[in-house]
Amino acid sequence: MNVLTDNLSTYWEGFLGTVELTVYSSLLALVLGFVMVSFRVAPVASLRVFGTVWVTVLRNTPLTLLFFAVLLGLPRFGLVLPFKVFAVLALGCYTSSFICEALRSGINTVPTGQGEAARSLGMTFAQTLSAVVLPQAFRSVIPPIGSTLIALAKNSAIAGAFSVTELLGTYKTMSELGYNIVWTFAWIALGYLVVTLAISALFHELERTWGVAR
Amino acid sequence: MAVDPLIELQGVNKYYGELHVLKDIDLAVGRGEVVVVIGPSGSGKSTLCRTINRLETVQSGTITLDGRPLPEEGKALARLRAEVGMVFQSFNLFAHKTVLQNVSLAQVKVRGRKRDEADRRSRELLERVGLRAHAAKYPAQLSGGQQQRVAIARALAMEPKAMLFDEPTSALDPEMINEVLEVMRQLARDGMTMVVVTHEMGFARASANRVVFMADGRIVEDRAPEEFFTDPRSERAKDFLSKILKH
Repeated sequence: MNVLTDNLSTYWEGFLGTVELTVYSSLLALVLGFVMVSFRVAPVASLRVFGTVWVTVLRNTPLTLLFFAVLLGLPRFGLVLPFKVFAVLALGCYTSSFICEALRSGINTVPTGQGEAARSLGMTFAQTLSAVVLPQAFRSVIPPIGSTLIALAKNSAIAGAFSVTELLGTYKTMSELGYNIVWTFAWIALGYLVVTLAISALFHELERTWGVAR
Repeated sequence: MAVDPLIELQGVNKYYGELHVLKDIDLAVGRGEVVVVIGPSGSGKSTLCRTINRLETVQSGTITLDGRPLPEEGKALARLRAEVGMVFQSFNLFAHKTVLQNVSLAQVKVRGRKRDEADRRSRELLERVGLRAHAAKYPAQLSGGQQQRVAIARALAMEPKAMLFDEPTSALDPEMINEVLEVMRQLARDGMTMVVVTHEMGFARASANRVVFMADGRIVEDRAPEEFFTDPRSERAKDFLSKILKH
């Protein structure tokens, strides 16, 4: 029971590590997901192909494999960055493919006529997408994006295996110090619960404010 | 035929896969002219209307607006579309924006007007279609007829050279049709160039300069409304008119 009180600073560091990974990766995933979905519905064929390849490759690769590819692969091409940055890259890119597809399903809920109306008024593809289609698409995909980011928070545990400071990794320290493994994990689980419930609450609030009132 | 054509289609052909929906269409619409397109469903009249601002591409033939051929894609096409207003059967208002924002959006994005200037112009147009009091509402809070009048105001806000109406009253309850037709009649009186796909024979009789009758992807008749309704030449038109006028 005193595993928490004795090691508060270790837990706290781990917790902060997880929060940091989650926040940065989420931002990267949202930005990339937004860019990729714009590619996927673009009138230019080469962009559509790029978007499709991005989603197909990243969504279908096991995340652990992706971590290996990024952390061990990129340095071979001379790209050496802190492990934490690599972890954010891997998590962010991986999750961006899910965000992209969630956004795309949202785009499909916006009646095509509204896009036609915007185009008939002389708006360009980018204006139509940003002012008419995506704001409405976003409203209908708040819940699935919330789920995706919750999954991201939990997936960030993989980074611990690559010596990035985060919550799950703290169990190694605890077990070396001989603490009861059950309680160690219980507190870790609670830490994740705090992060994921915070994401849930945030998205609940977003949905309340922005969600579609049909 | 039109003396000073604003919209001109020559030898236009359009296919959906195997289906030949527009067959060698020649049509000229003069400046200030109101042309009503009628015909049985599947005759290609909506498609014809949509090709004029290139919402539908065509496989062959030329379409010119004010003497210039329609651009392929990109910025030039967007500029051209701003010159041709379009009103759809299903209104297609932007559901997440208020009535005022619907009318102002493209003025700001396309015409580069300042927000307050655009809003002022939008209010004037809403006044004209009798909806100024509804400026702050969302489309879902309006009736179909009101939504369609907002859609007309939205198209007019771009100060288009011509207006295309693709069955503007077909999705409306009968008691709302007239309020939309009244706005259209006023536009016609003001000298707007209009291409109107409709089943409203009353509107065709009262406001059209010409009636174009389409069947199976061809223009079968192209005549003054009174002549067409009282003395249709083709069997196809006689058959069509007998079906819609006797019920």
